[in-house]
Amino acid sequence: MINSNEPLFAALTDDETPTMSRLHDQLVAAADADRLLDVAYRTVDSPVGTLLLAATDQGLVRVAYQLEDHDQVLQTLSQRVSPRILHAPRRLDQVARQLAEYFVGERRDFVLPLDFRLAHGFRREVLGRLVMIDYGRTETYSQVAAATGHPRAVRAVGSACATNPLPVIVPCHRVLRSDGRLGGYIAGLHIKAALLSLEAGRHPDINSAPHTNFAPR
Amino acid sequence: MKRPFEEIVVQHGPTVLRVCRAVLARPDAEDAWSETFLAALRGYPDLADGANVEAWLVTIAHRKAIDVLRAQRRRATPVAEIGETSSTIGVWQPPEESLWAALGALPTKQRQAVAYHHVAGLQYAEVATIIGGSTEAARRAASDGIQALRRRYYSDELASPEGIHS
Repeated sequence: MINSNEPLFAALTDDETPTMSRLHDQLVAAADADRLLDVAYRTVDSPVGTLLLAATDQGLVRVAYQLEDHDQVLQTLSQRVSPRILHAPRRLDQVARQLAEYFVGERRDFVLPLDFRLAHGFRREVLGRLVMIDYGRTETYSQVAAATGHPRAVRAVGSACATNPLPVIVPCHRVLRSDGRLGGYIAGLHIKAALLSLEAGRHPDINSAPHTNFAPR
Repeated sequence: MKRPFEEIVVQHGPTVLRVCRAVLARPDAEDAWSETFLAALRGYPDLADGANVEAWLVTIAHRKAIDVLRAQRRRATPVAEIGETSSTIGVWQPPEESLWAALGALPTKQRQAVAYHHVAGLQYAEVATIIGGSTEAARRAASDGIQALRRRYYSDELASPEGIHS
């Protein structure tokens, strides 16, 4: 967009899209080669909506549901990790492929380097415990608390789940209340229920759930 | 509060590309764009909050363009200037191409002043900071450049001067 009021430049056509896309790809490659790409991100479509995936050179650092507002998530990554953030889908190909396999029921474990830098202290400890809950199984908040050696920290386990920076991959959806109810979930309980049905081998009936916005896009 | 660099590329990339084209020939312009954004990515964490990002990018692009021009001069094969003498008869040229060609025929200072003020939209004071000299000199260089462009460009592209006004 030319922001000049000089009529000469009104003659400029505006379609730079193919050139910009090529130059953007070159920039990503050069940034990668110079180790300047601190955070690479992409989005993937999934049965639970569009997911934002972000990775550092250490590994996957963030998975975000649409409900979390992807622009806001990137802004937070800019502040907490680095503003050197670029849309670099290829750096996340492996994550995207494993997620696709998971959502069609063909993958039970994610084999990915993870970067837990967005979680600290006890919350991080809880995440380390969550990755040990197997596919298709569930634990209660109090069981997780007990497993961390802090049996009374049930609420703290709940907030560790609620602030999990790597949902789906770090399976906070496998933690339920002691009375068998679902408890809470970042993206809403219908998503938690859908992930649990998927892992139970049932077709996740997400579209019939209330308050969904999973129209194919 | 620093925005993700991707937003900077999306928002300012096309304008910086035009600025590069305004001061360099096409393949060189794309190289200058790439070097500008790689250098910008490197320096971005240190950029002051609230800085004028566009002026910062144009300043980097200006330096990269000078590097390219210097390297060309060292190679020392002078390239004929594309100006009024280059015939476009029988060759269809999009207006943009002929405008860049006409810009290429301007003296360097005028070309830069036009690019940074009219293409990038920077204030004359910012243009002066980048190219050196006073704000008034920058304004004059841009004005002289525009006059020259109108003579060259409109004489080729438009028979009627009706569309021209300042």
